[in-house]
Amino acid sequence: MGRGREYAFSRLRIMLNGDPYEIAAPLTVGQLLARLEIDSRRVAVEHNLAIVKRAAYDTVVVSDGDQVEVVNFVGGGAHAG
Amino acid sequence: MPADPLTLAGRTFRSRLIVGTGKYPSNPVMVQAHAESGAEMVTVAVRRVNLSDRSQESLLDFIDADKYFLLPNTAGCYTAEDAVRTAHLAREVGLSNWVKLEVIGDERTLFPDNEALLEATRRLVRDDFVVLPYTNDDPVVCRKLEDAGAAAVMPLGAPIGSGLGIQNANNIRIIKGAAGVPVIVDAGVGTPSDAALAMELGADGVLMNTGIAGARDPVVMARAMRLAVEAGRAGFLAGRIPRKPYATASSPLEGVVGSA
Repeated sequence: MGRGREYAFSRLRIMLNGDPYEIAAPLTVGQLLARLEIDSRRVAVEHNLAIVKRAAYDTVVVSDGDQVEVVNFVGGGAHAG
Repeated sequence: MPADPLTLAGRTFRSRLIVGTGKYPSNPVMVQAHAESGAEMVTVAVRRVNLSDRSQESLLDFIDADKYFLLPNTAGCYTAEDAVRTAHLAREVGLSNWVKLEVIGDERTLFPDNEALLEATRRLVRDDFVVLPYTNDDPVVCRKLEDAGAAAVMPLGAPIGSGLGIQNANNIRIIKGAAGVPVIVDAGVGTPSDAALAMELGADGVLMNTGIAGARDPVVMARAMRLAVEAGRAGFLAGRIPRKPYATASSPLEGVVGSA
């Protein structure tokens, strides 16, 4: 992943799944997922600790300093990790 | 044998075995094991999407959501806050509002934190979740979870992944005797006889992952576990004979050759 390397002069930095991630400009959750090449039908997104409903993917905007979590289902029965 | 479905929160399952999706040698082996287990419900964990390696296969490519009911779990959560947050994220993936609630209190034993588990159960019930809490084999805690609105209680047989079997059979029996909701023995099953015992004690179902996934041949073990759960359930329904300290002959005492 480029991790936003193409935006080397960008000053917008978000925390994505616990790691810093740079963006050139504020973008919607839908745009962020598209950029990450994530199939939005199989994930859930949290933006600044609030769940983002699927219907709001194109309206919720991620900007500087925001915290975003993108999760999916993985194998596990108990205490998988 | 007449149909004897497991009913959980108004939903019926033909199988009383619930299986996990972790630790299999490969996804194809998991698919085969799931089929052999006869289970209709599988539990899945919720984790951050791996952003550095997008080549990884998605678990959902290997689980037919039309065939299996997905039960997300909060495995790995150590606080009520994290468990509640994880449950909400799981619901948002959009497959169900059910959650196998785990709030771990100790790293070595993975025993639940009862206090946090109760708190998380209350909060999630309030948020309209169907909550299935993984709990200690403690009848008092199970009663409190039921009072808090849990749709079932899931006492451990032994520590997660230990394969030690049902460590306190009497507690499982007491929990079942007192519970107004289904009792699912979750964790500790290592071998088919453990699963059969859980069912003979009156448990409504058994949930396992490592016992199948960690076996040398998970597919054959999955079938063995299916048979064990069915056998144990049938044995429970049939009603066992009382235990007696001395022999009782099962052949007629009269007409023995050579008798006077």
